[in-house]
Amino acid sequence: MRDFEYQAPSSIDEAVALLAEHGDRAKMLAGGTDIIVQLREGLRDAGLVVDVKKIPELMQIAWRDDGGLEFGASVPCHVIYKDEKIIDSYPALTDSAKIIGGWQIQGRASIGGNLCNSSPAADSIPSLIVEGAACRIAGPTGERTVPVHDFCTGPGTNCLTEGELLISLVLPPPAKSAGSRYMRFIPRNEMDIAVVGAGAWLRLDESGESVEEARLGLAAVAPTPLSADEAAAWLQGKPATEESFSEAGDMARKAASPISDMRGPADYRVHLVGVLVKRALTGAVGRARGGDRNPVIPVGINRC
Amino acid sequence: MGRKIHVSTTINGEDSEFLCEARQSLLEVLRTSLSLTGTKEGCNNGNCGACTVLMNGVPVDSCLVLAVETEGAEIETVESIAKEGHLHPLQECFLEGAALQCGICTPGFLVSAKALLDDNPDPGEKEIRFELSGNLCRCTGYDKIVRAVQAASERMKEAN
Repeated sequence: MRDFEYQAPSSIDEAVALLAEHGDRAKMLAGGTDIIVQLREGLRDAGLVVDVKKIPELMQIAWRDDGGLEFGASVPCHVIYKDEKIIDSYPALTDSAKIIGGWQIQGRASIGGNLCNSSPAADSIPSLIVEGAACRIAGPTGERTVPVHDFCTGPGTNCLTEGELLISLVLPPPAKSAGSRYMRFIPRNEMDIAVVGAGAWLRLDESGESVEEARLGLAAVAPTPLSADEAAAWLQGKPATEESFSEAGDMARKAASPISDMRGPADYRVHLVGVLVKRALTGAVGRARGGDRNPVIPVGINRC
Repeated sequence: MGRKIHVSTTINGEDSEFLCEARQSLLEVLRTSLSLTGTKEGCNNGNCGACTVLMNGVPVDSCLVLAVETEGAEIETVESIAKEGHLHPLQECFLEGAALQCGICTPGFLVSAKALLDDNPDPGEKEIRFELSGNLCRCTGYDKIVRAVQAASERMKEAN
């Protein structure tokens, strides 16, 4: 690939200054598993690569006083899915982190990078949506926060304006009687891009029989990752049963507007949305009722 | 020719210094600047795992690490697996079990499999296949590779 300069700022201010100085010549480097491939293939161009991994806020995991979590945009997937407290608190997120690429990719790739690459099929984004994540962004005019479901604006594009970088993801405190799950359909068992991805989060009421609140996220069925709000709102107050989850799956299908491409025809993807939303909700309620929160190895019968 | 950057790192337990351009991957520098040709280039885009090395104990695709990023890090390559001329049980089992044909994927598999067994001495077949899914083989069909990893884990457990 064409040569570029390399800088590794050690603070947010330093990074913002570099971005201001170099404009769109500058590209951020976290795990590198997307950007290095893109630079090598000429899909993106860089005069300066800004390695953000020396900035403490981008690499740390900090539990907040309210019980929520703020983790840096460049924390690699393998750190996320090995963290017992994160597994316990946000299992959909750790489900995602365990299946992005493969082991070697997870050694470098970050959730923040997955978000900023903004693929409609990104596996981490439906999980960030259902876990209620917010994006902390820094730029020349200061800091701002954007709910994750507003972050992506189109295939490969997002709301970051020139000179801005993603600092961290902020997750709300885990709720009692709540559980979450992410799964995707792929032709193989691993190392694939989602044909459809579905994330579900729900909170049970005091009886443990009804859904108090739900959130649904979808990947690869629209120009951006989706929050299936109508289906999620419908679940409120409904019994946490197979019938309800099936109905929610049917409603979520209406939110999807996939394209047909080499990974599958559009009508098959719409069908998959219903199937995966039902299964993700089933997985979420299982975890809400005390089931295993460890990331599922999606092989064989557990594929999705 | 771009500006050369000076990098100090540790490779297979020894201090190492080299000059490189920012665009050069760790894979390229290992093979061409440091003559550590055990690590192989397969796809150069993070899919095949032939370039797998450990960076601070974590398996990574060295084609997706810029050499400049290794400043201060500890890198371990396939060359470090055999100790003082003695093959690691994984290497023995790969040979005995014919878990290679052309061998281009083998260094990557050895690094990944060793990291797997060091982390989990008793993986099931499902875990082995899933955790090694970042290593592709075009020759063997994977079966003998999986059996070699299983055999090595038995041999390592017996030794302990």
